[in-house]
Amino acid sequence: MENSTVLTSEQITSDLLPQKFGKRGMIWTGILLLFCAFGAFAYYRQLKYGLVVTNMRDYVSWGIYISNFVFFVAISLVGSLITAIFRLANVPWRTPLTRISEIIAVSAITFAALIIIVDMGRPERLLNLFIHGRLQSPIIWDVIVISTYFCLSLFLLYITLLPDISILINAREKLGKPFSKLYRWLASYWKGTTAQEKIRNRCITIICIVIIPVAFSIHTVTSWLFATTYRPGWDSTNFGAYFISGAFLVGAGGVVVAMYIFRRYYNLEKYITEKHFEKMGRVVVLLALLYLYFNINEYLVPAFKMKKPEEAHLTQLFAGEYAPLFWFAILVGMIIPIFIMLFKKGRKPLPMFIAGVMVVVGAWFKRYLIVTPTLLHPFLPMEDVPASYHHYFPSWEEWAIAMGSLAGVLLIITFFARVFPIISIYKTLTDKNETQQSS
Amino acid sequence: MENKSTSRRQFLAAGILAGIAAGCSSKKNPFDKYAGDDVKASGETVKLLSVDGEIIEMDKAFLKPVPDLPTISNSEERKGINGKKFAMVIDLSRCKNVGACKTACNHAHQLSPGQNWIKVLEMQDADHTAPYWQPTTCMHCDSPPCVKVCPVDATFKRQDGIVLIDSDRCIGCRFCMAACPYSTRVFNWGEPVLEKEVAEQHYSCETSIPQKKGTVSKCDFCPDMARKGELPHCVSACPNGVYFFGDMNEDSVTNGAETFRFSDLIKDKAGYRLMEDLGTKPRVYYLPPVNRNFPFESGLENESPEDKMTH
Ligand code: SF4
Repeated sequence: MENSTVLTSEQITSDLLPQKFGKRGMIWTGILLLFCAFGAFAYYRQLKYGLVVTNMRDYVSWGIYISNFVFFVAISLVGSLITAIFRLANVPWRTPLTRISEIIAVSAITFAALIIIVDMGRPERLLNLFIHGRLQSPIIWDVIVISTYFCLSLFLLYITLLPDISILINAREKLGKPFSKLYRWLASYWKGTTAQEKIRNRCITIICIVIIPVAFSIHTVTSWLFATTYRPGWDSTNFGAYFISGAFLVGAGGVVVAMYIFRRYYNLEKYITEKHFEKMGRVVVLLALLYLYFNINEYLVPAFKMKKPEEAHLTQLFAGEYAPLFWFAILVGMIIPIFIMLFKKGRKPLPMFIAGVMVVVGAWFKRYLIVTPTLLHPFLPMEDVPASYHHYFPSWEEWAIAMGSLAGVLLIITFFARVFPIISIYKTLTDKNETQQSS
Repeated sequence: MENKSTSRRQFLAAGILAGIAAGCSSKKNPFDKYAGDDVKASGETVKLLSVDGEIIEMDKAFLKPVPDLPTISNSEERKGINGKKFAMVIDLSRCKNVGACKTACNHAHQLSPGQNWIKVLEMQDADHTAPYWQPTTCMHCDSPPCVKVCPVDATFKRQDGIVLIDSDRCIGCRFCMAACPYSTRVFNWGEPVLEKEVAEQHYSCETSIPQKKGTVSKCDFCPDMARKGELPHCVSACPNGVYFFGDMNEDSVTNGAETFRFSDLIKDKAGYRLMEDLGTKPRVYYLPPVNRNFPFESGLENESPEDKMTH
């Protein structure tokens, strides 16, 4: 990094130390807390009255909770992409992005687990999954891989944080009291000796290798929750790859958005440089093309044949009730961002930010489109049920809970950035030393 | 089975102990949940045999039958009726959408308003083919997709062919609903509408009573009736004899009035199963709607107002 070579170590440290919330930070946190509180209230109502407060019914038995779950699992994959895959591929510019992607991964996977509990009709029987769990159910596979991924991601985040925490402990005069106890509890044993450093490095390498297949499995298994059924739109052998490519896309989009915001708000222009946006832009274009490719497979091939059960489903997506949303997700979630980022000018921070937001929003609706319209096209006609069962639009409780969970993810990231450096100080310093030595 | 019987024993023992305790200290009747009023000891005592073989004596006033202890244990319910292979045959040529099956079923299983385990569907296979009425129950598949996906064994396949649900175990994930290609499953989205005595009964997988909030339910082939040697409610309720129920091991099915050899009936009338290509192997067979007893149109007047609206 040409930029950081001119920076002194002291400056790097002081630039990257966590900062107190400013006024804007307070307002932002306050808004998120409000959303969470509102979501919690809606969930309280759901616990009290049951899932009737949602608009899910016998046909649309999975709604935005599940699509939100898929979205969270998808976005959490980015932790493994940027940290593990980039590390193993030795991508040199990853340093300022790894921590961002890791905390996105941890917070998203946490809320994926929570939202799935919210979706349960009997959350108090959660333990039945362990008491009576049956290994042939894809849900159990999901429970296993998601908890594994959660632990691995958390551990990866922690172990990469260690040297930074000891920097934080040393910077006590500057940071003041608030979290010093926490820092000491987390990392007082860390002395940075060569032996410790060696173990740490080995751990990171092992986790980076292990986390890749686990990351692939969390989303593959999540796709199998759908693909193991007979339903038109879900009954596809393409689903695992389709989900994973989409996951990497939304994750990368999310990282771009976070990069932009942290860079602006924490004045990190010297660390998250235009070059990083330029490189991420290329990555996102590649991933978007890949996802587009799988989408074409997923829709064009069945549409070519138009088997009877698929027909109603596909025509409704292409030209029916769900068409606006469908084309929105395809255009805004993939095609327009590709066009923006294909050009050098489009890979500047602001257009990248806009494209990133488009990718993430498009991806959220895409998940909704994967889950819901299929359920409205069962094999047998929908009769002998109340008329309201023929349609689905989420109730306010569902929106509140979904939004609350999204706010929750952002809240974890926000608090994390308040307590810990969002760019690894230690790694930035090592990178700097290395470049100095080589030049 | 062990589980259940031990818990039953414990329950009895606990009840007796509580009774003794109550006899000594308070005057509350330990067996009656809602009547909070005090029961006076009558002075009349009876001798009882406790679980560990001791004879104990207690006041008669404190003895009350426990009405809803399950007659068979959960593990027995999960095993099924020995030596049976239940099957159903639905004769489409006889159906005119009377809906008596639905009413009887809903009543017998205490379903909440809006829920139907049996759905009488208005079917038309292709543009120019004749429409017909198709009563649809749970198919009790031999390769049941719902059972495959259930994470907690709350929905299970018994050796007598019946697929049942344990609402005391179901976590309400609704994976089975997504997996069932026949859309047969019904969910209790809210608190089921039940009378208090029914709601407080002990849940039985065989009667599927009482329905529980946040769990799934569906047609259960009425194994409680089969145990009594009676036909499922839909079979006996249908005035047109559409439903036949029986045991494949005995190779006979009956609608109450007529009895057929199952294999002959299927052969002679060209019986078939729904969505054979999915490989679910249903235990419900259909006889095609040929030589009908009623014209299709005669069933239209029986349509529920909601379905009329949606066509
Ligand atoms: S809803 Fe209940 S019965 Fe159905 S799969 Fe989930 S736990 Fe099993």
